Amino acid sequence: MTTQLPSALRAPFSAGGASAIDAQLANRLLGHALEAGGDYADIYFEFRVSADYVLEDEQVKTLGRGITLGLGVRVTKGDATGYAYTEDLAWEKMQHAAKTAGQIAAGGGHAPIGISPHVSVKAPSFYAVPMPSLTQPAIDKLALLRAADKAARAYDKRIVKVEASFAESIKEMLLFTSDGRMASDIQPMLRFGCRAVAEENGKRQSGSGGGGGRYGMDYFAQAATDAAAHGREAARVAIAMLDAVDAPAGEMPVVLGPGDSGILLHEAVGHGLEADFNRKQTSNYTGQIGKQVASPLCTVVDDGTIASSRGAINVDDEGYTGQKNVLIENGILVGYMHDRLSAKHYKIQPTGNGRRESFRAMPLPRMTNTSLYGGKDDPDEIIKSVKRGIYAKRFSGGQVNISNGDFVFSLSESYLIEDGVLTAPLKGVNLIGNGPEVLRRVDMLGTDYQLSDGIWTCGKDGQSVPINVGTPTVRIASITVGGTQA
Amino acid sequence: MSGAQITEATVKELMDVAQLALELAKKAGADDAEVLVRDGTELTAKVRLGEPELVQEAGSRGLGLRVLKDGKRSVTYTSDLRREALEALCAESVALAELAEADEFSLPPDRALLAKSYPDLELYDPQVAEVDAAWALKQAIAGEAAARGADPRVTNSEGATWARVLGATAFATSGGFLGGYRGSYASLVVEPLCDDTTDAANPKKRNGFWWTADRYLAKLDSPEKVGREATRRTVATLGSRKVETQECAIVFDPEVARAMVGTIFSVANGSSLWRKSTYMVGKEGEQVASKLVTIVDDPLIPRAPGSRPFDGDGLPTRKNPVIDAGILAPVLCDVYSARKLGRASTGSAGRGIGGNPGPTTSNLIMQPGSVTRAELLRSTPKGLYVTNLMGFGFNPVTGDFSRGAQGFWIENGELTFPVSEVTIAANFDEILKRIDLVANDIEMRSSTVAPTFRVSHMMLAGTSR
Repeated sequence: MTTQLPSALRAPFSAGGASAIDAQLANRLLGHALEAGGDYADIYFEFRVSADYVLEDEQVKTLGRGITLGLGVRVTKGDATGYAYTEDLAWEKMQHAAKTAGQIAAGGGHAPIGISPHVSVKAPSFYAVPMPSLTQPAIDKLALLRAADKAARAYDKRIVKVEASFAESIKEMLLFTSDGRMASDIQPMLRFGCRAVAEENGKRQSGSGGGGGRYGMDYFAQAATDAAAHGREAARVAIAMLDAVDAPAGEMPVVLGPGDSGILLHEAVGHGLEADFNRKQTSNYTGQIGKQVASPLCTVVDDGTIASSRGAINVDDEGYTGQKNVLIENGILVGYMHDRLSAKHYKIQPTGNGRRESFRAMPLPRMTNTSLYGGKDDPDEIIKSVKRGIYAKRFSGGQVNISNGDFVFSLSESYLIEDGVLTAPLKGVNLIGNGPEVLRRVDMLGTDYQLSDGIWTCGKDGQSVPINVGTPTVRIASITVGGTQA
Repeated sequence: MSGAQITEATVKELMDVAQLALELAKKAGADDAEVLVRDGTELTAKVRLGEPELVQEAGSRGLGLRVLKDGKRSVTYTSDLRREALEALCAESVALAELAEADEFSLPPDRALLAKSYPDLELYDPQVAEVDAAWALKQAIAGEAAARGADPRVTNSEGATWARVLGATAFATSGGFLGGYRGSYASLVVEPLCDDTTDAANPKKRNGFWWTADRYLAKLDSPEKVGREATRRTVATLGSRKVETQECAIVFDPEVARAMVGTIFSVANGSSLWRKSTYMVGKEGEQVASKLVTIVDDPLIPRAPGSRPFDGDGLPTRKNPVIDAGILAPVLCDVYSARKLGRASTGSAGRGIGGNPGPTTSNLIMQPGSVTRAELLRSTPKGLYVTNLMGFGFNPVTGDFSRGAQGFWIENGELTFPVSEVTIAANFDEILKRIDLVANDIEMRSSTVAPTFRVSHMMLAGTSR
């Protein structure tokens, strides 16, 4: 680790810290975790410092800061998991957590297994941030909020309200497993957001802009992602939507813009390819490896190695390095995303997708940066090819039912396509489809693949983790548009 | 007694910590401070196909500090409650506040408004704390077994989870409020799964669930009842299909009706009003829903899931109207949003460990109507009975509403076949005004509740004609 952090931002459990954890101490804890007969254990230490700044009504209203520290202990016995955690790193508390988690194996009746000597996992570095934003003066961040506010207001007189926010965190993790892995990582994250409300003749609309990732303050040095650009984007959407008309209802072609549309991928296929659902045979994609599950144009990849992206991970929360995993190749399902449990079940190597929200939760197979790769079509030609349909530009979120594959996603900025030309902006509307069916209907793919600069967070089993998505311009031959005009 | 038990002494300890933090904040130079302390434990026992899948047990605590310095605010939190850690937190909070800008609306509440005493709402059941992991697993196993045994079409399971949360909360302000209470909550969820081969070329899986939850252990439905109902709901979705795009009546099952009622609060509260982030701006005192709609927020119901003896500003809580026969009542406010709107708080502040207070609901209840659910259905010639909504398709600023829906097709007053992969859409203002029938089937199962109700017409998007 090359990052040099001031001591206030270093975890107390790291070398030289107030409650430094070394391999010997880790071994004792793992020993307690396994004493009731578990067949695997890991201990996960986490330290997180976060701060947030909010500007509203042209004033910096609140500054917040928080510190979280804790240990999570996991013990497995077959497919069963025992989990416990503590926020107090006193020895008795950690020992109690280890023994509590170990109870899952009680009555199992075999001698405790040995703990392998620890070898540090050699992790790559996808987000070396020499100067994390938390080490920089707060005043610089307040200046960013003001710049976004000013830019949004300057964009158009009809902007009546602006909110801007900046959130930053640094998370340090340290993991020891009973099968001999030791991994540590320092994960910076920043998120900038701006929301604008436009008003005209009693009509009101809102728009938002923002971005971020595992960057330092240099993120804002780029023209496309400086604070003012995010402010202008929020204002642009709010103003554009003032003229929005009612969206149509029914099945029609939909063209997805590049970047943000990846959220469709995430919902339509991503979750269904998380291996836990397949191990339990509860996913629509169970038993489909090697089969055609999408149009031959589609290659879908989950890639934890995209530098500085929100979903990037050097090492996952089970100690496996971040990887690039092809899920669907030319329409054929080639692999799932795994955590340790599912990889063991499928007898393959873990894919670096074992992630957890915090030390309070067990790891699950989760996405990182999920993309649909680009194709051969000119993006303009794709729009021109549609007689009547919808062009989807920005999204506010989505949801999927893993079992039957039905998914929805919500458009926050979209336009009607009439005779190959974008015309009226449409009021907020939902699209609904079935994952496998929609992916078979992808019939044009643009050359303009783009990674979103969105600030996506994915929720599963009550756990939120940062992710990112990417796509080129995509044409879907037909999908149900949930508007109000028949 | 189980080690999980939270006693009055625990509550008292937290109140002492809160007071200590207030003192330290003053010493560090704060003009005013508010401290929230929480201590809780959780037990989660999940089984799948008859075998334990996860047992999670842990305790968790945190302290949230909000200080005022020269009219400026900061909000900080920590899980380290030792004196030296609190001293460091207080010093940092004051330094942080100095970077903010003064906000006259953010001054502490008038001392005269603070609660001098508060009721015991009996929110804690010691029996919930007596449960151990083995018993919790047994309940989950029984629930899942009942689900799998109820119908041969159940071919798999997403499992069953028995969980409990126990917590103590203490809140203290330098204005002189000091209070604390404890609470318990237990639940069981069962999730069966079926293989649906109705369309042989395109087989699907169908999942469903049912649940029970209460603050009191004895009030939970039996695992067998929960399991059987979960299966009834799941097998009913076999063969789900789209219907044609059309405008039709939409009937909301209580499970989704309560989500709609929650959406009403999201557009009708002090915070969204002063921020102008709702289409309800300026509509207080006006007809915003059909005359059949009456909604109250009542924090004072003993033993109810959403009850609270005092609010997040330290004010007494009270029952407030939200919508009265279709007329929007003065919206729920905390002290800050009330000041922004030039009025008094309704005692509706909620507050988390790391945040500012804001208006929240307690027990949000849509009042029952006069007909039975069966009568409501019988009087509906054609429409969609919605049991599940998907997605986030709601814009509070404009009221545009468009969400994915699942349910059953109503034909001549009867539920006929299951429907999925359609959306329902209309402007929320129109939806509320088009509520033309409300059933009397209300059950106090959760903190937001509603009876079955019907919206005369919405646009349903499905297949092309």
